[in-house]
Amino acid sequence: MKDPRGTATRRDMSIVLCGQAGQGVQTVETLLTRILKTAGYHVHATKEYMSRVRGGANSTTIRVSGKRVSALVDRMDVLVPLNAGAVAHVAERLTPQTVVVGEREVVADEAIESNRTLAVPFTEIATEIGGKIYSNVVAVGAIAGLLGLDPDAVVAYVRRYFAKKSEDIVANNVKAVRAGYDAIGKLDMPAGLRLSFKPSAKVKDELLLSGAEAVGLGAIAGGCNFVSSYPMSPSTGVLTFLAQHGLEQGVLAEQAEDEIAAINMAIGASYAGARALVTTSGGGFALMTEGVSLAGMLECPVVIHLAQRPGPATGLPTRTEQADLELALYAGHGEFPRILFAPGTLEQAFDLTQKAFNLADKYQVPAFVLTDEYLMDSYYNVKGFDLSRTKTERHIVKTAKDYRRYELTKNGISPRGIPGYGSGLVAVDSDEHDEEGHITEDLDVRVAMVDKRLAKGEALRKDIVRPELIGPKDYKKLVICWGSTYHVVKEALAELGRTDTAMLHYSQVYPLHPSTADLIGKARKTVVVEGNATGQFRKLIRLHAGVDADEGLVKYDGLGFTVEDVVEGLTAIDKGR
Amino acid sequence: MMNAFEMGDIDIAWCPGCGNFPILKTLKETLAELQIDPKQLVMVSGIGQAAKIPHYLKCHFFNGLHGRALPPATAIKAVNPRLTVIAESGDGDMYGEGGNHFIHCIRRNPDITNIVHDNMVYGLTKGQASPTSRRGFKTPVQVAGVILEPFNPLAVAIALDASFVARASAGDREQTKEILKRAIRHKGYALVDIFQPCVTFNKLNTYQWFKDHVYYLDDSHDPSDRTAAFARATETDRLPLGVFYVNPKDSFEENTQMYRRDERPLHQREVDAKKLASLIDTFTMAG
Repeated sequence: MKDPRGTATRRDMSIVLCGQAGQGVQTVETLLTRILKTAGYHVHATKEYMSRVRGGANSTTIRVSGKRVSALVDRMDVLVPLNAGAVAHVAERLTPQTVVVGEREVVADEAIESNRTLAVPFTEIATEIGGKIYSNVVAVGAIAGLLGLDPDAVVAYVRRYFAKKSEDIVANNVKAVRAGYDAIGKLDMPAGLRLSFKPSAKVKDELLLSGAEAVGLGAIAGGCNFVSSYPMSPSTGVLTFLAQHGLEQGVLAEQAEDEIAAINMAIGASYAGARALVTTSGGGFALMTEGVSLAGMLECPVVIHLAQRPGPATGLPTRTEQADLELALYAGHGEFPRILFAPGTLEQAFDLTQKAFNLADKYQVPAFVLTDEYLMDSYYNVKGFDLSRTKTERHIVKTAKDYRRYELTKNGISPRGIPGYGSGLVAVDSDEHDEEGHITEDLDVRVAMVDKRLAKGEALRKDIVRPELIGPKDYKKLVICWGSTYHVVKEALAELGRTDTAMLHYSQVYPLHPSTADLIGKARKTVVVEGNATGQFRKLIRLHAGVDADEGLVKYDGLGFTVEDVVEGLTAIDKGR
Repeated sequence: MMNAFEMGDIDIAWCPGCGNFPILKTLKETLAELQIDPKQLVMVSGIGQAAKIPHYLKCHFFNGLHGRALPPATAIKAVNPRLTVIAESGDGDMYGEGGNHFIHCIRRNPDITNIVHDNMVYGLTKGQASPTSRRGFKTPVQVAGVILEPFNPLAVAIALDASFVARASAGDREQTKEILKRAIRHKGYALVDIFQPCVTFNKLNTYQWFKDHVYYLDDSHDPSDRTAAFARATETDRLPLGVFYVNPKDSFEENTQMYRRDERPLHQREVDAKKLASLIDTFTMAG
């Protein structure tokens, strides 16, 4: 049992939905988060699920608050188990304060004290209305009732949500949500469940979206007009998003026969002037590595979205991890420059994906956006995206007759021509090549070309994103993190309330910002928090900034860090374990 | 008048007498006679001796990875349909390393021409079996002779209902030129497998062997008849040459619908900020 927090000081409520795959946990999550957000509450939802289409046990944790919430917690104020096995699946998170809402047979579990259970016959109510299929919407109504939401607003949203369905279906869903709402109202409810914090009109205008959608929107904002990929969890959401909006937004989305084809298509598209993306995970990216090397050699801009999941090999397909940092850093034979972004928030996912396209184009290098399952599948509300920075920076030139694709220049960047634009010929070769792009075994040319490619690696240092320092500037202790753990670490530090500790978050993990050695050197004690077993980012800092952190807080069980994990981990480190 | 694709005096890495030379010459003549502008032509190749061909004629080219010519060729045509795209490489590159792409490129049907130099042996790596090597062919690796069935690219292509399937022979430049012309003019994926002797590593399938083992399809063959085309493609005693199968259909670029309302290639397009803003707006979930 985890340490429970009192309901009296509750700043937010955590609701966990749990059920079998195919049972509709997703529908409840989608409806509930949207209803809460449109009612003016801040919401955060993230899920953990099994790699199967039916059965098993999946859960979603929804947080609702009067203040911004953007991180996963262990705490479970309300549990809504949708089947018999669900309670056991989340048993470790049960506390004496957890209220359990569900069918009588399901909530009658030894682990739950009877005064904390609310039995609602979801299925029976649904069957009376028109079929078992409505039981999820009955559950949505019950939860809405539990939280004391305005029933008319809830009904209005359900009506809108199903608006495209037939009148019968809309009517039945409305009946279902109302019935769930009324059913819970008739029960004796434990105190403190009605939301006591005030909704905000501003939240209503905010965006509610997932990491996958933020990356997809960032790609469109970055001028992406070509995506070729092979479906693989957890990266598929980005492909799906771009495919669904492709025609309207001008993105050609193609499902390739394999990841090798995907990246070679993207590089071909880029050669011909498109802004190309691949989105992939684990083993799929491993297959792309020769292509990454090709992009390096041809100097074709390409953006690689790598949504990490636990490996090796097939690993845990639907879980999360931050263990492909070194893979992304070293992927591809030979030596060539690259850029690695690792967004920590939805805003960064949007901004940095966009930036990845601009910088890939500017420096003619592969640029990575390193995310993970946790970020992909997390939803929360954000103010909006800064579209004023939506500027597609293009660096394509019209070729002259004597055009040479690999003209040697001071900073290594050769003006990039494309076929069919200008009077020159654009020749690119995966062999070592001369300035015209023709095969060469002239070893002096070889050296000049290596130097040219590596010079771009120096040039792109001008554009390194500065890590974000949160907390006191005169910190004694520094907690370093990267990628998707941003909000979890931030909230954990806020909760610990230490005045001597700051957080340093890297949203660009390679090349490292030159301030790194100073920022870390200033601290008396440093900890790197990351979701892998071997401390990959800590090693990267040692290698590239020449400083070593004192401690590492790692997690590699396939689940994302929770706020409690970080609080407990940092406390233990402080106590000298 | 000099052929517009002529490179002049260049160092060519092929062996004297190599079957690649007549193919190169034929290709340059074909392109010139079709009045294709070198500035509108992109040659895409993989790795191998045949894959060096783009270096030997004036054109844009993308000489990529071993086995991976077809994916970039597909993409280049898809993002700029105004370009003429030819993917050209050897049998090992296209049918071995790139076998999966060969299958799926046919299914995708981009408007490209796929020319495969089929010499039934690996040249650049010095004489190992290729996917099209005949059974019993001895090599430094296949010491007791090849034990695998040879890959039949034409039969596979016809089975996949390819848009255009043909076979030519490097030694017969005039007929090859006619076949290539039809292939390049054809809208959709067009396969031209070209028999080609390897004078260094294949002492079995020589110029003379090919002469003795091929014949041309005549007017009695109806290239719209898929069953007949398949039957001809599986003949083994004497190997037919010519256009086996023609199956007109919409190209991949057309099917993507990217050019229905806007003919411009992708590099000429900008982000539609208004459309993006309205897409972002849908995430307010206001319904």
